[in-house]
Amino acid sequence: MKSFVLSWRAPAGASPRAPALARPGLSDRTLSWLFVGPTVVLLLAFNIFPLLWTIWLSFTNYRANRPGAETLWLGLANYRRVLGDEAVWENMRTTAHFLCWSISLQLLLGFGLALMLNRRFRSHSFWSTAILLPMMLAPAVVGTFWKYFFEPQYGIFNRIVEFFGGGGFTMLGDTQLSPWAIVLVDTWMWTPYVMLLLLAGLRSIPPYLYEAAEIDRASEWTKFWRVTLPMVMPFIVLALLFRTIENFKMFDLVDQLTNGGPGSVTELASIHLKREAFEKWRTGHASALAIILFVSIYGLSLVAVRFLEKVKQR
Amino acid sequence: MKTMPHSPLEPSNKAKWFAALAVIGYAVVSLIPLVWIFMTSFRTPADAIAYPPKVIAQPSLVGYVNLFTTRSRVSPEELASLPPPQIWYEGLVREQQMILAGPSRFADRYANSLIIGFGSTLLSIVLGTLAAYAFSRFRVPGKDDLLFFILSTRMMPPIAVAIPIYLMFRNLGLNDTHLGLVLLYTVVNLSLSVWLLKGFMDEIPREYEEAAMVDGYTRWQAFVKVVLPQAATGIATTAIFCLIFAWNEYAFALLLTSGTAQTSPPFIPTIIGEGGLDWPAMAAGTTLFLLPVLFFTVLLRKHLLRGITFGAIRK
Repeated sequence: MKSFVLSWRAPAGASPRAPALARPGLSDRTLSWLFVGPTVVLLLAFNIFPLLWTIWLSFTNYRANRPGAETLWLGLANYRRVLGDEAVWENMRTTAHFLCWSISLQLLLGFGLALMLNRRFRSHSFWSTAILLPMMLAPAVVGTFWKYFFEPQYGIFNRIVEFFGGGGFTMLGDTQLSPWAIVLVDTWMWTPYVMLLLLAGLRSIPPYLYEAAEIDRASEWTKFWRVTLPMVMPFIVLALLFRTIENFKMFDLVDQLTNGGPGSVTELASIHLKREAFEKWRTGHASALAIILFVSIYGLSLVAVRFLEKVKQR
Repeated sequence: MKTMPHSPLEPSNKAKWFAALAVIGYAVVSLIPLVWIFMTSFRTPADAIAYPPKVIAQPSLVGYVNLFTTRSRVSPEELASLPPPQIWYEGLVREQQMILAGPSRFADRYANSLIIGFGSTLLSIVLGTLAAYAFSRFRVPGKDDLLFFILSTRMMPPIAVAIPIYLMFRNLGLNDTHLGLVLLYTVVNLSLSVWLLKGFMDEIPREYEEAAMVDGYTRWQAFVKVVLPQAATGIATTAIFCLIFAWNEYAFALLLTSGTAQTSPPFIPTIIGEGGLDWPAMAAGTTLFLLPVLFFTVLLRKHLLRGITFGAIRK
């Protein structure tokens, strides 16, 4: 009886051409437009429209601080200038250095912590929550405070290093050290993120694989290389992709911590973009840079979303 | 299996001890900065810049008083001629050779953060819930492409879209307004709210609504009276994620606000005392700003993974 009623009232998802007249109220088709419409309109207005505008600006000499001036079409000149600019390549090298080091440290530490937490010692869930805290905080506000920790005189960081026999340096004033300062703070903030993802990976490994390995008398080392690592690999790739995208976009932490300095040794691509767009007001030039950045990040995002789908199926 | 000295799934006691030591060691070190901020907020400006840094210092509320007030310096003679302090914290101000001049802007900025945070969260939850329900239950044309498009908007670097949004807001008169930031944060959070809520909706059996519709409910009534109560936990979780994002956001707030609508993140670093940064006041502001997030993180701990993977991994 129930199944008869249900099929008579065929749910919309099952058959779109089901007669809607049998049901009072708005049809599912109308409702689905009403429900999805506002979201799509807002995203078009605040994401796609600005993106198209940026593309248009990147072909012009427009300057946001001179709205009255005549706007000239420059063709690809902005792109040529951006790609030929030694400073931009320097920023890219700085960004690459930052990405490589911060992400490898996060993967290493995060994986280590996940492996340890997966041993489920007593109170492991309390400590994992404690470790997660830095991840949720505002990077800009926390970045400000790291300036205080790095103070050569009264900062706690230098004091701790002095305790171990080092010292006598100015972390944020030194062109050699300050690229490492942003790596350090970023690692402190985002290791928990990697840990959380990889812990989920470790917990998704079916126990029978380890039981089978045990029967084969596999050593701990073999179990790690043959079972743990291959099974966690998709999660590692996912963590790698997400961290790369996020750190590529990263702005708030570095803006507060070093603001690109000293000089421009920590000037990541996003910081350079802010300086070009909102300090020098070279809007067209900055737009070309923004598009170049966007295209590289978007390519990575496509891969990341595919991987998300792949991991989800498990 | 039970008689084996150690099962492959249960690490030995030694392994557990080592793991506990390593994890607790990391946790303690990584929490030092947060504890230090909290401690600094209860110090005097002099103690905050003492060399070597003091671990134990006489606690003081000067940081919090300075955070909420503006003060002006007066000569010792003038200070001596004043009547006794009227309010309890006036004494703390006078100890610094200053008198109260008025309230600071911190309370306004904090209120802005609350208004913009809650406003944008409410909007993105309402829109996200509707869209998520449609994606979960209806046959939306081009569903997969639309969902992918919605997620991909999250990947855009804020600084890259900041230029046209700045121009757009200038033309529409939305620069430095609450409405502007509310709209912007709503849009940024939509991707998260649609994806997370779709995951939660997918977990609610369709049979509930179908039974309700057999009883004569319209689809809308079934959605409001049957699905929404079932999705309450998911909606609350998603709301907290949206709120934390809006609360923490810095880049847009920095570029699009300067006064009336400025939120806390661009404001806190500018708290300046006499002769440089007033670290205890900044620490006090930071503490008040971070505490709600810490509270919500602990509350959300079971759902964090879901939040950072847009609902894809549910544990």
